[in-house]
Amino acid sequence: MTNEQTLKMEFTLKSMDFNLAGEASSKIKQVLQRIGISSAVIRRIAIGTYEAEMNAIIHAVNGKMTVEVSKDKTEVTVVDEGPGIHDVDMAMTEGYSTAPDHIREMGFGAGMGLPNMARCSDVFSIKSEYGVGTEIYMIFNH
Amino acid sequence: MQLQEIRNILHAEVLCNAELLHNSVHCICGADLMSDVLAFTKEKTLILTGLTNAQTIRTAEMSDAVGIVFVRGKRPSKDVIDLARINKIPVMVTKYPMYEACGLLFARNIPGSLNVREKND
Repeated sequence: MTNEQTLKMEFTLKSMDFNLAGEASSKIKQVLQRIGISSAVIRRIAIGTYEAEMNAIIHAVNGKMTVEVSKDKTEVTVVDEGPGIHDVDMAMTEGYSTAPDHIREMGFGAGMGLPNMARCSDVFSIKSEYGVGTEIYMIFNH
Repeated sequence: MQLQEIRNILHAEVLCNAELLHNSVHCICGADLMSDVLAFTKEKTLILTGLTNAQTIRTAEMSDAVGIVFVRGKRPSKDVIDLARINKIPVMVTKYPMYEACGLLFARNIPGSLNVREKND
C-alpha cells in the first residue's frame, strides 16, 4: 500500500440480526491480513470493530460502519439510528450496561463494549443524541 | 502447553480442527461473558466457556484465541462448529464444569490471561 492509497469498506448493520453479527468485523480482519498489517494491530482493530458492530446490532435500529484503511492508520466510523445514549459518561464506565437479560444470555451486555473500544483504539470519540442516534469514531495507528 | 495436552487433562472430545492441537496455549480465560473475553484476554488465549452460540466463535476469531473448550458437556450446533472450522479455531468439549476445568488447568501452572503481558503493554 502506497502513501496515497486508501481502501474504503462499508457495512450495513441490522438491528438484532445475530446470524450475521460479526460478519463485518470478520471481513475487515481478512482484508487487513491480506494487505499485511501486523497481527497485533489487526487484533486491536478486530476487537474495536466487533464491539462497535455488536453495540449497533444490540442497541440501534439501523447502523452503518465505514472503514478507511491507509498506509499508517485505519479509521472506523459507526453511525446508527437508534435510541441514543442517555448518559455517555455513565456508558463509558466499565460494568455499566443497559442491555436486557436476553442479550446478557448471549454473552454481551457486560458493560465493557465502549471502554474496550476506547482501550483498543488510539483515538476514540463518541457523540450521541438521546432519541436520535450515536456516532462512534476510532483511529487505529498501524 | 499444547492444546493436545489440555485435551488429555480435561478428557475432552475434539469437535473440529484436530490437526491444530499442536498449537501452544499461552494463557486461559474462563468466562461466559464475551465482552469480558474481548476486554481481558491476550493473543493465544484458550477460552473456557459454557456459551455455545456463534458469538463465542466470533469472539475467539477477533481476539486471536488459540481455541475453545466448552465446559459441562455443552455442545454447540453444527452451524457453530462449521464457523469454527472455517476460521481454523480448534473446539473441544469437556464434561467438567467450569470450576473444575479451570482448577485442573490452573494446577498445571497455566496462567490466567491477566497474568500474561503482551509485548506492547
